[in-house]
Amino acid sequence: MSIERVWVVAELAAGNPVGTVLELLTQARATGTTVEAVSWGPDVAKAAGELGNFGATKVYDVGDIGEALPGGPVAGAIAELVKGGTVPDVILVPTTYDGRDIAGRLSAMLDLPVITNVVGLRVDGDEVSSEHGLFGGAKVARARFTGARPWIFLVRAKSFAAEASGGGAPEVVAAPAPDLGARNAAQVKARHVEEQSGPKLDEADVVVSGGRGLGGAEHYAMIEELAKLLKGAAGASRAIVDAGWVPYSHQVGQTGKTVKPTLYIACGISGATQHLVGMKGSKNIVAINKDQDAPIFSVADLGIVGDVHKVVPKLIEALKSRS
Amino acid sequence: MNVVVCVKQIPDPAAPQRLDPETKTLVREGKLILDDSDAYGVEMGLQLAEQAGGGEVTLVSMAPGGETSGLRTALAMGAAKAILVSDDALKGSDALATAKVLAKAIERAQPDLVIAATESTDGYTGTMPVQLAELLGLPSVTFAKKVSVGDGAVQVQRQTEAGYDEVQCPLPAVVTVTAGVVEPRYPSFKGIMAAKNKPVDQLTVAELGIDASQVGLAGAGQEVTEVEDAEARSGGQIVVDEGEGFQQVVQFLEQLKLV
Ligand SMILES: Cc1cc2nc3c(=O)[nH]c(=O)nc-3n(C[C@H](O)[C@H](O)[C@H](O)COP(=O)(O)OP(=O)(O)OC[C@H]3O[C@@H](n4cnc5c(N)ncnc54)[C@H](O)[C@@H]3O)c2cc1C
Ligand SMILES: Nc1ncnc2c1ncn2[C@@H]1O[C@H](COP(=O)(O)O)[C@@H](O)[C@H]1O
Repeated sequence: MSIERVWVVAELAAGNPVGTVLELLTQARATGTTVEAVSWGPDVAKAAGELGNFGATKVYDVGDIGEALPGGPVAGAIAELVKGGTVPDVILVPTTYDGRDIAGRLSAMLDLPVITNVVGLRVDGDEVSSEHGLFGGAKVARARFTGARPWIFLVRAKSFAAEASGGGAPEVVAAPAPDLGARNAAQVKARHVEEQSGPKLDEADVVVSGGRGLGGAEHYAMIEELAKLLKGAAGASRAIVDAGWVPYSHQVGQTGKTVKPTLYIACGISGATQHLVGMKGSKNIVAINKDQDAPIFSVADLGIVGDVHKVVPKLIEALKSRS
Repeated sequence: MNVVVCVKQIPDPAAPQRLDPETKTLVREGKLILDDSDAYGVEMGLQLAEQAGGGEVTLVSMAPGGETSGLRTALAMGAAKAILVSDDALKGSDALATAKVLAKAIERAQPDLVIAATESTDGYTGTMPVQLAELLGLPSVTFAKKVSVGDGAVQVQRQTEAGYDEVQCPLPAVVTVTAGVVEPRYPSFKGIMAAKNKPVDQLTVAELGIDASQVGLAGAGQEVTEVEDAEARSGGQIVVDEGEGFQQVVQFLEQLKLV
C-alpha cells in the first residue's frame, strides 16, 4: 500500500492561492498519487486554474463563508467529507493564522492528532515522516503518526520549493460546511490592511532586519532605508515588535515569518533560537552586533562586531554614493 | 465576569534543554515556571474581569508532579484560584490530549471567557486552544492583539497577514492572545504573600472522568522516531569594526552582485 490521496488546504488571498499552498501542492505530488485541494471563499472558481496548474485534479469548494472565521466552517466541511467516507491519507495545512485554526478544529472534530511545525516530509512506502527543527534548528527530529488516517500535518512556509506541474483545470465540487451553531459565532466586522511598499517580506531577495540593539523606534528608519537601497524588505525581531516599534507583519522567526532570501542582514539582533528558525535558511547572512559573543554570529557568513549606529549609516552613505 | 486563563508551567527556557533518550520528547521535570507567553493571558484576564466590574480569574494548568510554582506566580499577580491536573498517566500527552484534559477541568469552572496564549514557549504547536474550543463547543478567536468585553460579547483585533481584523464574538468563547497584548504586572509583595493561601484544586485524570488510554504517550497517536544534529551552518568571517567595517559589507554585496 502506498500513499494514495493527499489533500491540501488551499487558503486564498486576493483571489490567489497563498505562496505556501503552491509549495504544499508541489510536495503533495511527491507524497501521493492523487492531489486534491479544499478551498473556500468567493474566489474558488477563479483560483481553481492555478490550483490545477500546481497539480490539484479536484477542488472541494466550501463556498462563501461570509464574515465567519474559516477555522470552523472549513474544518467542518472536511470532517463531513471524511465522515462520509471520502478519506484522504494525508492532509497538508499551511501554517498561517487560519491554517492553524482549521487544523486545530479538524483534529478535535475527527479525534485525530496534528503534527505541527513541519519543515520537511519523507515518504517511505506507506509511511510518511515529517521533519522538525529543534532548539532553534540545531537538531532535526523526525515524527510520524501511529494511528488512523487522515494524517494532518501543519507545514511551515518555505519548507518546499513551489513548481508548477502544468496540470489542467481541476473539477470543482461543492463541499458546504455543516451548521456549527455556537462554535461558528465569531464574525469579522471590519478588515484593516496595513500599508506596504516594496517587496513582501517573505518574497524579497534581500531582507534587512533590526532588533533591540537599534535602541529606539526612531532608529528603525535606517533599516528601512538600507532595505530600500538594496531593493529588499525590512524585517524585525520580536523584541521590537512587542515593544511596538514596528507592526507585527515585519516579524521574522518562530511566531513570525520564515524568510529565505539571497541575503539577510541582521542589525542589533542577538540571534535567539526563535529568531534563527525564521531566517537560518537564508543563502547568505550578514550580522552587525556590538557583542562578539552574540549567537547570531554563529550563523553569519560575515559578522561585523560593531555599533549599528556607526556601521549602518556609513553603509547607507557608501551605497548611495555608488548609485 | 468569570475568566479562565490556561497557563502552562514549563522548564526555564534559559536553562539548557534536553530530550528523553527513550521517548525523544522534551524533558519537563524539576522546578517549572510560568510560561512567559501566559503572563499576557493572566494580565488580560485580570484587566477584563476588573473592567466588567466583578468576577474572578481561575487558572487552569496541566503539569507533572503536582507542580505549582508557575501557578503561584500567576496567583500572586491576582488570580483568585487554580485548578491543576497532575497525573503520571499524562506524561507525553500531545496537544489534543492536553485539550481533552483541560476541557474537562474548564467545564467545572463554567467561565464566560477562556484565555490562552497563541503558542507555548516549549511546545509551540499553537493548536491546543482551538482544539479546546471545539471540545467545549465554543467559538474561538485566535491571535488577539487587542481585546475588550461588553454586551455579552468579546471584541478582538485579530492579527492577519495583511494587518488585522476586527472580530466580534458572543460569550462564552476562547480567545488566544499574542505577546505584548498588555503589559503583565509584577506581583507585589502583598500579592506574593496572598498567593500562598489561595486555593489550588489538584485533580487526577480519573477524577476528571477521563480514560487514561486516551491521554499520555499511549494516546498520543504520533511519535518522534529519530533526532539528529542538523547540518551545521558554519560561522564565517568575523570583523571587528574600527570605522571601516562597512567596507566589508559593501564587498560582500559586490560578490553577491547585489550592488
Ligand atoms: C514562544 C516564543 C516565540 C518567539 N518568537 C520569536 C520570533 O518569531 N522572532 C523573534 O525574533 N523572536 C522571537 N522570540 C523572542 C526571542 O526569544 C528573543 O527574545 C528576541 O528574538 C530578541 O530580540 P532582539 O535580538 O532584538 O533583542 P535582544 O536579545 O535584546 O538583542 C539585542 C542585541 O543587540 C545588540 N546591541 C545592543 N546595542 C547595539 C548597538 N548599538 N549596535 C549593535 N548591536 C547592539 C546586543 O548585543 C544584543 O545582541 C520568541 C520567544 C518566545 C518565548
Ligand atoms: N499543559 C497546559 N496547561 C495549561 N495550558 C496549556 C497547556 N498546554 C498548552 N496550554 C495553553 O495553550 C497555549 C498554546 O499551547 P501550545 O499548543 O503548546 O502551543 C499555551 O500558551 C497555553 O496558554
